[in-house]
Amino acid sequence: MKIKMTINNVLKEVEVSPSEFLLDVLRRLDYMSVKKGCDTGTCGVCTVLMDGKPVLSCSVLAASADGHKITTIEGLRDDPEFKAISQALLDEGADQCGFCSPGLILNVYAMKRDLKNPTEEEMKKYLVGNLCRCTGYMPQMRAIKKYFEVRS
Amino acid sequence: MKEVKRPINKVDGYGLVSGQPVYTDDLAPKNSLVVKILRSPHAFARIKNINTEKAKSLEGVECVLTYKNVPRNIFTRAGQGYPEPSPYDKYILDEYVRYVGDEVAVVAARDEFTAEKALKLLEVEYEVLEPVLDFEKSKGSKSIIHPEKDYKSESFVSSDPKNNIAATYEMSIGDIEKEIEESDVVVKERFYTQAQAHVMMEPHAAYSYIDMQGRLVVVTSTQVPFHVRRILARALDLPIKKIRVIKPRVGGGFGGKQAIHGEPYVALVTLKTGKPAKVYYTRKEVFESTYTRHPMRFDVTIGADKNGKINVIDVRGLSDTGAYGEHALTTFMVAGSKVLPMYNKVKAVRFGGDVVYTNHPPAGAYRGYGAIQANFAIESAMDMLAYKLNMDPVKLREINMIREKETSPIFKIMGEGREGVDMIVRSCKLDECVEKGAKKIDWENKFKAKKEGKKVKGVGMAIAMQGSGIAKIDMGAATIKLNEDGSFNLLIGATDIGTGSDTILSQIAAEVLNVPTESIIPYSSDTDVTPFDVGAYASSTTYVSGNAVRIAAEKMKEEIIKAGAEYFEVPIEEVEFDGKEIRTKDNKITLQKLAEILYYNENQKQLSTTGSYVGDESPSPFMAGYAEVEVDTETGKVDLLNYVAVVDCGTPINPNLAKVQVEGGLAQGIGMAMYEEVIYDKNGRLLTNNMMNYKIPSRVDIKNLDVELVDSYEPTGPFGAKSVGEIGIDTPPAAIANAVYNAVGVRIKDLPITPEKVLKALKEKQN
Ligand code: FES
Ligand code: FES
Repeated sequence: MKIKMTINNVLKEVEVSPSEFLLDVLRRLDYMSVKKGCDTGTCGVCTVLMDGKPVLSCSVLAASADGHKITTIEGLRDDPEFKAISQALLDEGADQCGFCSPGLILNVYAMKRDLKNPTEEEMKKYLVGNLCRCTGYMPQMRAIKKYFEVRS
Repeated sequence: MKEVKRPINKVDGYGLVSGQPVYTDDLAPKNSLVVKILRSPHAFARIKNINTEKAKSLEGVECVLTYKNVPRNIFTRAGQGYPEPSPYDKYILDEYVRYVGDEVAVVAARDEFTAEKALKLLEVEYEVLEPVLDFEKSKGSKSIIHPEKDYKSESFVSSDPKNNIAATYEMSIGDIEKEIEESDVVVKERFYTQAQAHVMMEPHAAYSYIDMQGRLVVVTSTQVPFHVRRILARALDLPIKKIRVIKPRVGGGFGGKQAIHGEPYVALVTLKTGKPAKVYYTRKEVFESTYTRHPMRFDVTIGADKNGKINVIDVRGLSDTGAYGEHALTTFMVAGSKVLPMYNKVKAVRFGGDVVYTNHPPAGAYRGYGAIQANFAIESAMDMLAYKLNMDPVKLREINMIREKETSPIFKIMGEGREGVDMIVRSCKLDECVEKGAKKIDWENKFKAKKEGKKVKGVGMAIAMQGSGIAKIDMGAATIKLNEDGSFNLLIGATDIGTGSDTILSQIAAEVLNVPTESIIPYSSDTDVTPFDVGAYASSTTYVSGNAVRIAAEKMKEEIIKAGAEYFEVPIEEVEFDGKEIRTKDNKITLQKLAEILYYNENQKQLSTTGSYVGDESPSPFMAGYAEVEVDTETGKVDLLNYVAVVDCGTPINPNLAKVQVEGGLAQGIGMAMYEEVIYDKNGRLLTNNMMNYKIPSRVDIKNLDVELVDSYEPTGPFGAKSVGEIGIDTPPAAIANAVYNAVGVRIKDLPITPEKVLKALKEKQN
């Protein structure tokens, strides 16, 4: 079947099979920032924004993205918020293997808009679905807190 | 020092956070055949028959492999030094399958959908055999897991497959029985550690193709590209020179990628079809069909006099290597060699036992590598001894632990697989780690605090040591080449798997050459291009590869000075190089200008140097870990409120990255201590084969980690550095178990420390 998605502000018409997930379609279209880490919607590395809201692209059928706006990290490259979040992560050395980074950054990006002056606990809860096996979460949290202080 | 001891950003950081295509699967050619593996539904079986006709005739299927049409060379998948300390007990595909998830057959098709469909069309008839699922009953069991005739191991590995033994090890110093007899206080206890899954975020992935010279190129998410090349050569019967292995960015490894997994299958498909092929493990496959940590059992006896001086430690171990003997001997030896030297004042010490086969997924390398298992047992027993002596556990450690300029006879006796090397501990700030950690957690007050109420708080601690590379076995090399603009290419066989080693190795080169780190362009791990290095394991990169980089850079400095002397026609003694300029008394030229002249104008030649390093010793990083927990006596739930880790890793090359290594290690250690549990059903089928059922700590579980690095200097390390990759994982299991005991008086001796176990122990204590 053919669907239409606006991916990173570009309208695309894509042939998908009814059982295909958004993740696989995005990777097929060369949006390689979207990673695959699990088969059960538990790790968060496949996070993308659908109409601005974070979703797990491995659990969203491509067909249901028809008519929606999808944002991946590729689409944020020039966004000042993206730059600020990623710089904060880099400054803390929180980019270890980096496999979880795009998904985490997209969620932080959305959190910035969704939560006003969040506490550390609220931030952790918001981001709980973004697992990371390398950093022990601490440097990511230091970076995110810095980003929020500077910006909010 | 300008470039080292500096928390600069990772050189590849921006590429990672901005989601560039840098990992194996991102780079695979679009037209790769998709490789899928049919896996055994039985824990132990012999394949009577496989019918591949239907699968083969499916439109889009290009290749089907079974044990009947693949090379039959016995090998080990463990990526270790050579001669290999793991038994040769594995074929690419075999007539026997030895665990649920073992490889039965392989299909390659033009897309994933077709490959999956083809898998379903394979018809396999099994003769189901009686599996061995309890490692305590494996030795001498009727079922023999490796009956194959060509099973073999190197002469220094004591395998006994007829009795299901992958390796045995025994050592002893002094008169154990006499010292136990003469001790005032003796603790004798049994401990268990569980299998743990690595759960690196990027699953195992590989792709392969034939290059224009007809050579096989394998691109893989691996920690050990040079070992992969050697192992593939053996398994596929190809000369090493016909194989090139490239490692792109790796999405975490932790030991799980210190082996080959999908590589032989894609390689064979490519060899048979001439086409590129790729494999990307599902998370279920990662859990079921790659590695876990070796589960171990320890019987620990410690004897001390009434003042707390330990006279004797006796450790009897049993390790479960699963279906294949990968890292069997070496993890077991490390359990002794990286824990027992901490208590170097004993009069007698003994360590030994068996590593047995079972029909579980194979165990392999995992951060902490045996040391964490034994650390849990011994550091728990230490606290039990302190309790019997009525002594503060911190004090007990202080009396007995190793200190700077001391040694232990164990260093010489136990290496990894073979004898170790004699060494004096030149840098050891363990005493400072213990003292600082106690202050930070407020030990004095919290240890003695009255414990009452429904929710009770308590503190516990443990100490640990690791090594830095494997002395006299593991080698790293680096090549530096000057470019015409005065920048340098740094070619390293070392494998950055997310640790930041490309960055810190660049910092080391920059420091020696006195140039900014930005002038160094690192490229790591391509067996055609970069010099040899054993890879990322055994906490070796900073120390072993770092020393290689230092040596290469020192040589480069000499070459530059020599080129300057030739240019100015003066003796080299009169030439100086400060990183920017080459100077004599009367003349000077910038490095950039000299490089340009060297490559285009006069006396033309390429400046390029290579350094290699193999450790004469393996200096230990040390650590003291302090846990503060709150135990709910009504539910048994343990909350880890705070974890203080004070670490001596020598002088960190990049303090930020070193600290994050400790934090990441701690979180995995906490996972092992409290959450992570590999569970099988009664037929040996893994129940925890996804990330919902196998719970790694999330952001909410990790409340606070407080990491401090003490000021230390290792004279044999590059700019005083030791390793930091593993040490962080070692203390949480024992420290948390000790904290739970100090809070509510129950002792959990088998990991993980779950609410059920705590509650049960609390109930038993009341009765
Ligand atoms: S890939 Fe893990 S949540 Fe989507
Ligand atoms: S940085 Fe490796 S998983 Fe988060």
